[in-house]
Amino acid sequence: MSFAVPTLAALPLPWPFDRQYMQLALAAGMVVGLCAPLIGTFLVQKRLSLLGDGIGHVAFAGVAAGLLVDVWPIWTALVAAITGAVAIEWLRARGRAGGDLALALFFYSGIAGGVVLTGLAGALDSSTLTYLFGSILTVDRADVITITVLGAGIVAVMVVGWRALFSIVLDEDAARVAGLPVDRLNLGLAALTAVTVVAGMRIVGVLLVAALMVLPVGAAQRLTRSFGATMVVASAIGVLSAIVGLGAARQWALAPGGTIVLVAAAAFAVAGVARAGRDHSGPRRQTAVGA
Amino acid sequence: MQLSQEAVLSGTVLSLRGEVIASSVLVDAVSFAYRATPVLDGASFELGVGEFVALAGPNGSGKSTLMRIVLGLLPATSGRVEVLGRPPAQLRERWRIGYVPQRPVAAALLPATVADVVAAGRLARRGWWRRPTAGDRVAVDSALEAVALGERRGHRLAELSGGQQQRAFIAKALATEPDLLVLDEPTAGVDADSQRRFRSALLAARGRGATVLLVSHELGAVADDLDRLLLLSGGKISFDGSPADLAASGVSLGVHATDLPVWLEGLA
Repeated sequence: MSFAVPTLAALPLPWPFDRQYMQLALAAGMVVGLCAPLIGTFLVQKRLSLLGDGIGHVAFAGVAAGLLVDVWPIWTALVAAITGAVAIEWLRARGRAGGDLALALFFYSGIAGGVVLTGLAGALDSSTLTYLFGSILTVDRADVITITVLGAGIVAVMVVGWRALFSIVLDEDAARVAGLPVDRLNLGLAALTAVTVVAGMRIVGVLLVAALMVLPVGAAQRLTRSFGATMVVASAIGVLSAIVGLGAARQWALAPGGTIVLVAAAAFAVAGVARAGRDHSGPRRQTAVGA
Repeated sequence: MQLSQEAVLSGTVLSLRGEVIASSVLVDAVSFAYRATPVLDGASFELGVGEFVALAGPNGSGKSTLMRIVLGLLPATSGRVEVLGRPPAQLRERWRIGYVPQRPVAAALLPATVADVVAAGRLARRGWWRRPTAGDRVAVDSALEAVALGERRGHRLAELSGGQQQRAFIAKALATEPDLLVLDEPTAGVDADSQRRFRSALLAARGRGATVLLVSHELGAVADDLDRLLLLSGGKISFDGSPADLAASGVSLGVHATDLPVWLEGLA
């Protein structure tokens, strides 16, 4: 896939973002770092933290199909991921995915199908790793534009819909009684999860994209009180993880996708320690509130 | 209870919104079965506008099923249900029903303040995609005051006791200023102070003209305030009358919180 985008000179940013390839990586990483935790805030509360991981597996089958039929893999991954996400939500809503076995069957079929299709396409080589573990340093302008458009869509839907999704998280039955379109909103969230997986695929890879949805949220909800603040702080942690991770990757020649996720994991650990410290230092307030 | 056309006409009352409806809730010969297992078998009752009624019954008597049918969460296998003058599925102004689910226990890490929870109650009334208005904020404040949680509004839900969390969910239901308030086992395991505040919140809603349906085993907190008590057993309403009538039949509601479940089991 390539659509003509004029080549521009690098922006005058300081090291480590002085090179154009680093600036493109930074832009793409920041968009995904911003969007993934927005979706993840709801997945974590719904105890669907691993949903993004599963959809990533299914998206890989889409990538493989794209390589096989010579279509830009982003589009085929998007189709596969959205189809998979909607199917999983359909199963969940009907109580048929209560055990995780149905999900496991779905996810592993996805990645196994991906391996078989990639083999058929003769692409079971290092190019596969690009999608499994990301290849942020090779994103081009077309990738950045695609990721930004997908990201803008996610942010727009979240700005409008987050209160309704929060209401569903609180109590799905009560939301139904109140007349909220619960099924459509749940399907929308599943579809947005799929879009996020695909947007993050080039950045950290399908195997790690779920981490960017979940880890910043785990950190943020230990530091904040309100739901809105959790979304904002989680996104900020996601963006910072992308910046710090990319910088560290350049400094020490590390794999950037993995480094970004390790920074987010470190933020989670630090927030956990901070929270534990706060709880220890304020036992009297806790007792008073719990009385 | 078969309602004739005359009864409906003679019983018409003006609801809170100024429309003429026969009753807040009409359940007429409703049956329901889960697959082949019958749960309800021709249950009938009617709630007048502004009545405060408890629906009680032994465990497994189908109280929750009947409540879910009234709320429109389950379709009845047969029979007729009307809520605020319409079949539940056709009621468009859904916010007119306030629903407090059974003991919603907040996850310890749920990042939500008490005010977040109560504000979520306003969504359906203003449209879920719209931003909150000044009117929404006033309604949230007033609902928080009604359950005496105004000072806790900025606390995380999970930091509150079980009774306080329950009151937060009652405030969420009250925030829409509902015409019908349905509560599922709201006082189970709740401390005495919360029960007292719970009672005053319900009386305030009823004072506004709302109909209150309490589905519960434990009526201790509000037994003296009830207009009527409905007992469900064998899939039917086996008693429909005032608590005084029940007392006259030799059953005491005096220490209801403990003895009610015992004699309810005897009715099964």
